[in-house]
Amino acid sequence: METLDYFLPQVWFFILALFLFLYVILDGFDLGVGILSLTADGDEKRGMLMTSLSNVWDANETWLVLMGGALFGAFPVAYGTILSALYIPILAMVFALSIRAVSFEFRELSQRKWFWNNAFGVASLVAALAQGFALGSVLSGIQVDDAGHFIGGTWDWLNWRSLLAALTLVQGYVLIGSTYLVLKTEGELQDTHYRTAKISAITTLIGALLITITTPIFYQGLREKLFDSGLATLFAIIPLLAVLLIGLLLRSLSAKSENTPFIWTLLLFLLSFIGLGLIVFPYIIPTKITIYQAAAAPSSLVFMLIFVGFLIPIMLFYNIYQYVVFRGKVSGIEYGE
Amino acid sequence: MDFLPDSYVLSRMQFALTALFHMLWPVLTTGMGIYLVVVEILWLKTKNPDYYYHARFWSKLYVLNFGIGVATGIPMEFQFGTNWAPFSEATGDFFGSILGFEASMAFMLEAGFLGIMLFGWERVNPFIHLFATVMVAFGANLSTFWILIANSWMQTPTGGEFIDGHFFVRDYFQAMFNPFMRNSVLHMFFATLETSLFVIGGISAWYVLKGRNEAFFARSFKIVLGCAIAVAPIQIYMGHLSAEQVYHYQPTKLAAMEARWETIPAGEGGDWSLLAIPNDKAERNDFEIVVPQALGLILEFKTKLTEPVQGLKAFAPEDRPHQVGLIYYSFRVMIAIGFFLAALMAVSALQWWRGKFSAEAIGEQKWLMRAWIFSAPLGYIATDSGWIVRCVGRQPWTVYGQIRTIDAASHVPAEVVFSSLLGFVTLYSLLLVTTLYFGTRIISQGPNLTLPLPGNIDLISTEPAQKQPDKRPVEAQQ
Ligand code: HDD
Ligand code: HEM
Ligand code: HEM
Repeated sequence: METLDYFLPQVWFFILALFLFLYVILDGFDLGVGILSLTADGDEKRGMLMTSLSNVWDANETWLVLMGGALFGAFPVAYGTILSALYIPILAMVFALSIRAVSFEFRELSQRKWFWNNAFGVASLVAALAQGFALGSVLSGIQVDDAGHFIGGTWDWLNWRSLLAALTLVQGYVLIGSTYLVLKTEGELQDTHYRTAKISAITTLIGALLITITTPIFYQGLREKLFDSGLATLFAIIPLLAVLLIGLLLRSLSAKSENTPFIWTLLLFLLSFIGLGLIVFPYIIPTKITIYQAAAAPSSLVFMLIFVGFLIPIMLFYNIYQYVVFRGKVSGIEYGE
Repeated sequence: MDFLPDSYVLSRMQFALTALFHMLWPVLTTGMGIYLVVVEILWLKTKNPDYYYHARFWSKLYVLNFGIGVATGIPMEFQFGTNWAPFSEATGDFFGSILGFEASMAFMLEAGFLGIMLFGWERVNPFIHLFATVMVAFGANLSTFWILIANSWMQTPTGGEFIDGHFFVRDYFQAMFNPFMRNSVLHMFFATLETSLFVIGGISAWYVLKGRNEAFFARSFKIVLGCAIAVAPIQIYMGHLSAEQVYHYQPTKLAAMEARWETIPAGEGGDWSLLAIPNDKAERNDFEIVVPQALGLILEFKTKLTEPVQGLKAFAPEDRPHQVGLIYYSFRVMIAIGFFLAALMAVSALQWWRGKFSAEAIGEQKWLMRAWIFSAPLGYIATDSGWIVRCVGRQPWTVYGQIRTIDAASHVPAEVVFSSLLGFVTLYSLLLVTTLYFGTRIISQGPNLTLPLPGNIDLISTEPAQKQPDKRPVEAQQ
């Protein structure tokens, strides 16, 4: 029983991290492409960018819905506390994602494509910023009482640290979006995104370095954790590896290879995620409530594990299958009838 | 901002608005999904291009509807955390798991196969395409199943204990298969099916009346009429079972549905109220027309009630719902629509049987076609009315008898909730107008009967289907 009390929340922490990671990379490139579309010249090009996502964005977004459901079931207190504490950014994200979803449908049917192209771009930017603010304020700590209930203010999420996180996440999304477009387009469009990939690789690096430096300085809880846990060496290695990966990424971009930039970017995201996971663990509301305090009853965790755990490989399988069916370059601006 | 109501009242308004609006879209996603499976099977079996064009035409409306369904569904899920945090915490062990299952089994399945269903005609072989269509329809219906389990549990919470307001699950299957679950899932399932049938039928009737592609749309009209013959009566019966379960488990809701203030003891027949003006303050109906001695027949098929029907006054004012008029009329609107649709089905079936629906003759059935067009929106109204009965009738409880709505709401400042509510009102009004506009456009453009047939249909037969090869890249094909 004792071991189960520890083991099950850990398993669910891992599963949630997996869902969040899948969401961040998959919808990350959707949002990145959306943000990039704001800079594209001409509705023709914007149309191509949207078309490159038409058959996958919905499935990608569903990882967020899944993450939400799993967090709700596995760590109910955290779900209620985090979401109500971040009421404004979460609702901003929800509105933005709704507008993005309908832009896909309406653009297809509309004569005023420019309107929906812009709605799509702006909504992607807002959603990415809102996610960044939410992530940043969860990391910088939400004020809760001993039972884990939110006691802070409605605007607590707005500060320069969460702003830094938001801007960095936007850069990261632009980076992964650019490398996705390198993979999916050709010609002039592809050239543009070799360039945007390079720029955003550098801005992402700057943002990430700033976060890495400021985190131990400003977050007392995290600082203690960093230096007491003996993980300090590991945390020193992660930024070094990240710089190395950015170097490899820039080289592959200069060499104009089509697939490797996307792969290096994925690895970069993975590395950041591992870093983040190590910093946060074992908290679910850093650094106040641990996963053990917030977890649902063991029987719930087992019950969910049986159903959801069993489905994870199946979901991955048909999601991958979908990418296989639609592999290859986008060639037009219509989705097909 | 003193003029604002309490934050919890605003949260309720926001939930009601977003739920009622979200609900308008899943009805077609789930019901029309089944129709798309049917026509695709017919296409593969008969190789009659008409069925292929039916699949392509209706899926245009389907995908528009689907997009709005997703866009309005996301706010639903996140609201449990943002606006109903204490509720989420108290019930998460069970309720959260169910939402997790819904996402992993249902939403992911729909989303994962939708792309193939819409854009994959040329890319995968016909059986895989059919499989994708089936998965989309199956996923949508699974989501009905799971979300109604969650909602039914809020009506009849079984399978565990509430300790200090926190729900501890003892038996998951008992919680899932709670007393309301079976009938509510079925009533909802048939609601989506019936609404979709009458939408498809109504649109088909419009074309017939306009004299456009009559033969083509006579086909879809007859398919849906054939299904409606079974569905419309069953739905009335499922509604009856729903009312019966409310009678046994939620006396306060039944009293509000019937605008009953005084208790009717067991052994009496009971009057059934046909029309009334309920007056919440005076605790009586200002005006009422009743069908004498009918309540026992309706609830139990007996002339005498075996259980008493408790009146609203039997409960303290803080323990019973208050918008009695809303609940009472929503209930009657739903019933009226249920019977109206069944009657329309019966008349139409009769005409069909008399051979009036052949491709040549169907255009003469002007009044019948008009009635079908009129009926297209009715299913939506009945569905939203049903949910009003169910959710407003449950008040003042969020989880019936256990968690009060006022205790379930997050402590977000009223002006913040007011702003998001205003945001939803604006966004949803725009969405509704835009969707109706584009939906109308799709309908007025009509089906594209010159679309080339998918090249790979030959794979499944030795007789080649008639087709014009299409050399353009897939994305560019119209
Ligand atoms: C008929 C049954 C039904 C009912 C009662 C509800 N839904 Fe719904 N929902 C669906 C049937 C559905 C669906 C048919 O599965 C949708 C519509 C379009 C779609 O893509 O899936 C959907 C979409 C949808 C999505 C987006 C899924 C995605 O990204 O693919 C979410 C998060 C929710 N819903 C959540 C809810 C919640 C929290 C509800 C309760 C308050 C709710 N739905 C009521
Ligand atoms: C004619 C007969 C009908 C009767 C007697 C009836 C009865 C009921 C009752 C008593 C409820 C409340 C259940 C609860 O609170 O638990 C309900 C809910 C509902 N009704 Fe009906 N109904 C009828 C027709 C219809 C029709 C035609 C539709 C739609 C096409 C519909 C759609 C719904 C929906 C969506 C709900 C809420 C979800 C659910 O309980 O499954 N009903 N109905
Ligand atoms: C099936 C899943 C559903 C769940 C889990 C659910 C849950 C809830 C919750 C938590 C509330 C807020 C607390 C309360 O007022 O009691 C609520 C209220 C409400 N819901 Fe549902 N709901 C569901 C579906 C729907 C749908 C589809 C509709 C409408 C079409 C609907 C209509 C309403 C209304 C009108 C209210 C406000 C009641 C009031 O405050 O007077 N619900 N529901």
